[in-house]
Order: sequence, then structure tokens, then C-alpha cells
Amino acid sequence: MKYLRHVWDHLRKDLRLEWRSRDSINGMLFFALLVVVVFGLAFDPTSYPTMARQISGGILWVALLFASITALNQSWAREQRNNVLEAQRMAPSPASALFLGKALANMFFVLLVEAVLAPIFIVFFNLHALGNVWLLVLILPLGTWALVVNGTFFAALGLRARNRELLLPLLLLPISLPALLAMVQATTGVLTADLDPIQINTWIKQLLGYNIIFTTVCILLFETVLNAE
Amino acid sequence: MEQRTPTLRSVAWLWFGISTAVLIIGFRQAIFLVPTDAAQGNVGRIFYYHVPIAMLSLIFPYINFAASLFYLYWRRRDPLKALTADALALSTAEVTVVYSSICLLTGMLWGRATWGIWWTWDPRLTSMLLLWLLYVSYLMLRRFSSTGQTQTLAAVLSVFAAVDVPIVYMSIRWWRTQHPAPVFGGGPGSGVDPSMLPAFYWNLAGWTLWGICIVLFRFSLERRRQHAEQEAALQAIEASLEIPQ
Repeated sequence: MKYLRHVWDHLRKDLRLEWRSRDSINGMLFFALLVVVVFGLAFDPTSYPTMARQISGGILWVALLFASITALNQSWAREQRNNVLEAQRMAPSPASALFLGKALANMFFVLLVEAVLAPIFIVFFNLHALGNVWLLVLILPLGTWALVVNGTFFAALGLRARNRELLLPLLLLPISLPALLAMVQATTGVLTADLDPIQINTWIKQLLGYNIIFTTVCILLFETVLNAE
Repeated sequence: MEQRTPTLRSVAWLWFGISTAVLIIGFRQAIFLVPTDAAQGNVGRIFYYHVPIAMLSLIFPYINFAASLFYLYWRRRDPLKALTADALALSTAEVTVVYSSICLLTGMLWGRATWGIWWTWDPRLTSMLLLWLLYVSYLMLRRFSSTGQTQTLAAVLSVFAAVDVPIVYMSIRWWRTQHPAPVFGGGPGSGVDPSMLPAFYWNLAGWTLWGICIVLFRFSLERRRQHAEQEAALQAIEASLEIPQ
């Protein structure tokens, strides 16, 4: 129980700090909106509704991927000011509690962005889903967690690297490819109703399996990364 | 520091000579001696390079993974052994990138010649591409991370990569397939004609010997660099002790 208490404390800290400046959320929202607009101009989805439905799964996740990378990069920045990271290392609470708290906070922010982005996306792409829309309520959080958990971990990896902002996408994208495949296929399957429920189900299970495996690996290895010197 | 004994040096040169000789024999077998494939003609000869290199590019990552695990285990318990493990991890990572690049490039050339397409997103190609991407990202991490941390962070990334590779393979295999059925053990109608096996085995042996040769060469380079770094650190510490207070 103490562990969960620590996670909750870290989560509250990140949420409170973010609420004071709201930098990250504003940046993410605007960036995701811009990406949707750029893709809209590039593909002209309203003129080609069938194609639009087929690519919109991919575009949504690419937009979210790039938006979350911008936020993840600076989610650790607040730990670096005033030597806070050194204090965290010396604290007796397990390092993975810090990681989980931060990952959950990032998850909250990205979900917030998704909630705002989804209607805008539907408007700009003139989307109406042909399959069961309620499945998206399951797919979106699972996919987001896959991106956020690995992203938070790799953002911590690059903390003292030179060219830190560049390193995160270089590490995150290769590792996330199977999850990206699953979330895009599942989302597109729901939107176009091209896949039957069993196939969508299998993609969702793969996403769930990916999440469980990588959350475990991240929690186990975070202590090593924090004390890497 | 262990001395580079004359025996070790002659063994190294011998190994290099043998692997070059085997590669030359393999080249002669593959290009001139074995019969031409009925369906593909001479283009099919690239098979004798593509397949052995593809097989080897799947073995070096495991050595990298094992070396990274040893590094993480020995990091606090026996730092000198940990350094050796890290040097091996780096060498095998670099050779993985080289071998998988060759596999991808020869595959693309072969695919263009036989199937008419440069690329397709089927399980094997995508998994190989992902392996390549993961190990290039490993090398980028080594380059970009700050000096004290490089080895630990790289070892952690290696663990991630090792966990990811089977996941990728399974997920994409479920997704689609277009690669020809496995040539070995694929079922009726597949398999290599026995008259072609010599070229395959000579090249497999040759590229294995060559791969080991390069890994060990790179390993010894990295060990020398590590020794030089330690010497420099020791000198700096000793110099600081001599500064009059």
C-alpha cells in the first residue's frame, strides 16, 4: 500500500505542477491540431470519404504520437531544475514509484488531448465510424498507454544525453512499432468495419499483451536507469 | 593490462586468413560451380549470400542481449568483467547492423529482380527492418548519451530490443505474409536441391567465420579504448594527489 501511496504522491505532484503553467497541455493540443490540419490539406479527406476512413486511423495515431513526443521530452525537465532528480535518487521510496507516477500523469495529459482532438478530427475528416464506436473507448487508452509508458521511460534515458530532444523519437519509434501496428489496425478496423470483431479483438489483445510486458520491463529497469552512473 | 601475445596475434591472422579463404571458395561455388536455378536463372545466386547473412544477423543480437545482461549483473559486483561484457555488446551490435543492412539490401535487389517489387510489408522483411532500426537506435544511444551512463543505458535498451523482437515477429506474422515459403523445412516442393548445398554451406561457414573475426577485432579495439580511458583516468587521479595543498 505504501508503494501506491508513493505513486499517488508523485502523480499529484506532476498534475499540480502542470496545472500551474499548463505549458505541456497547450503545446500538445495545438501541435495535434496542426498535424490534423496538415494531414487534411495533404490528403483532402472530405473529397474521398472511403480513403479517408481507411487512413484516418493511421493519421490519428501519428498525430498523437508526435504530440506526445513533444510533451514527454519536457516531462522530465521539471525534475532537473533545482537538482530535484538528485533528491529523488536519495529518497527511500522506490524509483519505479516515481516512474509510474510520471507515466500516469503523462497518460492523463495525453488522454485529455485525445478527448479534445477526437471531435476536431471527426469534423475535419468528415468521419462517421462504420463499426462499433464503443470499441474505440477501449482501444484509445490502451494505445495511449503503450506510447506513454515507453515514452516516459526513454525520455528518462535521455536525461543527460546531448541532443536529448532528438534521442526520444529515435528510441521510442522502433520499440513502439508493434504497438503502433496494433492500435492503427484496430482503429481502422473499427472505423471502416473491414475487420470482423474477432480480428479487432485479437489486435486489442495484442495491445494489452504489449502493455503488460513493457510496463513490467519499464518498472523493473527504471531503478537501473535512474542510477546509471 | 593483458599483453597481446604473439600466439594470440598469429591465431587472429590465421582466423582472418581462413575466413577469407572460405569466402573465396564459397564465391567460386556460388557464382561458377553450382547449377543455375531453373526458375530464376543467375539472379538466384544471390540466395547463397542473402540467406546465410540473414541467419547470422539473427544470431548476433542474442549475443548482444546476453552480453548486456552480464553487464547489468556485473556492473556493481565486478566492474572489470562488466567492461568486457560491454565491449562484446558493442561489437556484436555493430556487426548486427552491418549484417542486417546487407541482408536488407541483397533482399531488396533480389526481390526487385524476381518479384518486381523493392519491398513489401510482410513478417520477415518487416521484422528484419525492425531489427535494423532497433540496433541503429542502440548505436545512436551510445553516441548521444553522456559518458558515465552510456554502457548502462545501452544495456537497458538492449533488453528492450530483445523483448520487442519476438513481439514484432508474432504480430506481423499474424497480419499478413508474402515472403516465399521457407526454403528449408517448408513442406513439399520447397528445399534446396542437393547439388546447390555446397555453395550454401561454404558461404554459411565463410560468413560465420568472417562475422566472428570482425566481432573479435572490434572487441579488441574497444578493449584497447577502455584501457586507454582507464589509464588516462588513473593519471588524472594521481596528478590530482600530487597537487600541493
